[in-house]
Amino acid sequence: MLTSLLSISLGAILINNFIFSQFLGCCPFLGVSQKVDSAIGMGLAVTFVMGLSSALGYVVNLILIKFGLEYMQTLAFILIIASLVQLVEMFLKKSIPSLYSALGIYLPLITTNCAVLGVVLLNVQNNYNFIESVVYGITGGLGFMLAIVLFASVRERLQFAEYPKSFEGFPIALVSAGLLALAFMGFSGMKIW
Amino acid sequence: MMNILYAVLVLGIMGAAFAALLGFASKVFHVETDPREEAIMECLAGANCGGCGYPGCSGYAAAVVRGEAPTDKCVAGGAECAAKVAEIMGVSSGGSEKMIAFIPCSGSAEAAELKFDYTGPKTCQAAMGYGGKGTKVCSYACIGYGDCVQACKFDAMHIVDGVAKVDREKCVGCMACAEACPKAIPVKVPYSMNELVACRSNEKGPAVMKACKVGCIGCMKCAKECPADAIQIKDFLAHIDPDKCIRCGHCESVCPRHIIKPQE
Repeated sequence: MLTSLLSISLGAILINNFIFSQFLGCCPFLGVSQKVDSAIGMGLAVTFVMGLSSALGYVVNLILIKFGLEYMQTLAFILIIASLVQLVEMFLKKSIPSLYSALGIYLPLITTNCAVLGVVLLNVQNNYNFIESVVYGITGGLGFMLAIVLFASVRERLQFAEYPKSFEGFPIALVSAGLLALAFMGFSGMKIW
Repeated sequence: MMNILYAVLVLGIMGAAFAALLGFASKVFHVETDPREEAIMECLAGANCGGCGYPGCSGYAAAVVRGEAPTDKCVAGGAECAAKVAEIMGVSSGGSEKMIAFIPCSGSAEAAELKFDYTGPKTCQAAMGYGGKGTKVCSYACIGYGDCVQACKFDAMHIVDGVAKVDREKCVGCMACAEACPKAIPVKVPYSMNELVACRSNEKGPAVMKACKVGCIGCMKCAKECPADAIQIKDFLAHIDPDKCIRCGHCESVCPRHIIKPQE
């Protein structure tokens, strides 16, 4: 049991990192990676939403199966995610206004973050039980956070680098994102137990 | 048939449950927002372009309500938008005199002495970090690596001969350049004013002469000759009061250093 959880976590964080090997959630990855501080905030928010929606998704999926409504999965999951993001948004606005304003438009955009929908659908696809689902959701979020924080620190340093004018802004960001993904490719194919 | 009914029922109940939860949460996490904030949001261009320097239109609206931002920062909305925002905030929109940025420094590569040969990253921010406030002997001088050029969204700022120059026609006075400049050199001046002191050094005369061929040495000549009494020498530097200045241009002709001049 424990080993399977460990393999799920390591898989979600490193081997099948949501951003670098599954290419899910690239919008906030590029949008909120200018500063490490807001990248950490975004990572935490996404981790929270992914963990909670995995848990809720599992329960909702059970209900759907009971009524023979598996074909409604995507719709139901989007409903869950949208509500959770709204909740997180209200919570942040009340308790951490500075983070709320730093995340700006990208906070409500977690709703359309495909990593969140992806994790819930993958839970169902992989037949994970409740605990496995939650662990996969949280570690998937941590993997997202790792990726976005790494990338944000690279971008902070890029500000002082000299590169051709044609690479300014997003082009250089995309090139460095590609290199980071290449580094993560080193983990691909690894098997744990 | 039953299937459809189930689907409608299950999802309907789920939706209602989440709605109830969110409704409850919105009560718990309710934040008092100033009604003016929403009113301002209505007036802004709504493009979330970031031209004002705040994260999106809502960020700017909040800053205006807090009194931290001027009412005329929405560059996409223009003067019409500024007037509406000013009306909501109950202030005048600055007499609608057009303001533009101005670089009070003439320390071009030819005029200003260099302190050392700098080969680091070509940004002002980085050059500041090497100690001595830039590469020029004058510690007040424009460094000339163009952090302001990067910040300008209107292509109004250019580095000419080692000093930033403002394009009078393109500048909208958003002052994003002043925020990007590590020394906050750009200042806001009326578009109509041609008598501008292109120096900001507070050094004494001899020190200025050593550092720069054109800097203001505080000789008081302009102050004495000004017919409107609009010029004051403070810390060895001439300051012209734009309200008192009658735009006669006399100071321009008497300045021995030819440092009082219009923006090109």
